Amino acid sequence: MSTLHTINKSPFDRASLQSCLRLAADGNAILLFEDGVYGAMKGSTVAELVEKALSNKTIYVLGPDMKARGVDESKLIDGIKVVDYKGFVELTVENDKVNAWV
Amino acid sequence: MSDIKKFMYVNRKAPYGTIYAWESLEVVLIGAAFEQEVSMAFVDDGVYQILKGQDTTEIGVKNFSPTYSALGDYDVNKIYVEKESLEERGLTVDDLLDLKYEDEDDDWAEKDSIKVVTSKELAEILEQQEVVLSF
Repeated sequence: MSTLHTINKSPFDRASLQSCLRLAADGNAILLFEDGVYGAMKGSTVAELVEKALSNKTIYVLGPDMKARGVDESKLIDGIKVVDYKGFVELTVENDKVNAWV
Repeated sequence: MSDIKKFMYVNRKAPYGTIYAWESLEVVLIGAAFEQEVSMAFVDDGVYQILKGQDTTEIGVKNFSPTYSALGDYDVNKIYVEKESLEERGLTVDDLLDLKYEDEDDDWAEKDSIKVVTSKELAEILEQQEVVLSF
């Protein structure tokens, strides 16, 4: 079963991203949105964890939420894909279920 | 009334995800209008409030980040950012808004409002405050 995991909290505010990365299966998709987009930035203390997850998971970040927060694409960890609202909807359709790590 | 107190507003939340950042900014501006000695600290996810380049067009929420630039005109020019919080997030002072004020005691010279301080320094600054409001 393919799963889309969604993260909308900052990894420094609570451990939603960390728990998701620990418990998501290989091949799953993960979308970072709202305050979750901070987890996609280079150079932070969670970046290494995210980079490791990219070897067997696909990680997406919601463009409009990045722009709102001043997170430029150049600041993203290599390999993370930017999607728009349409891309978000497509991810929910493509996957069998959605697991929201609120 | 000449009862001036040292007020410190401590900001620890990212903008937009919750209302705290915007509420704090409103309270700071109100407090400044009462001519109190106001300073601000940005700690933990609060440092994200003053990241430059915010553009909220696509999320349909007001971008309040330009308002921080008005703080200097309200004599709010002591803005402390915790070094450790920046480092944990892979950020430097160059990623932050360029907040300035005009120093009336120095021929209105334009100066930086933001001061990056260590946790230890910030602890001392907090200790000197008479009122601390945390958001």
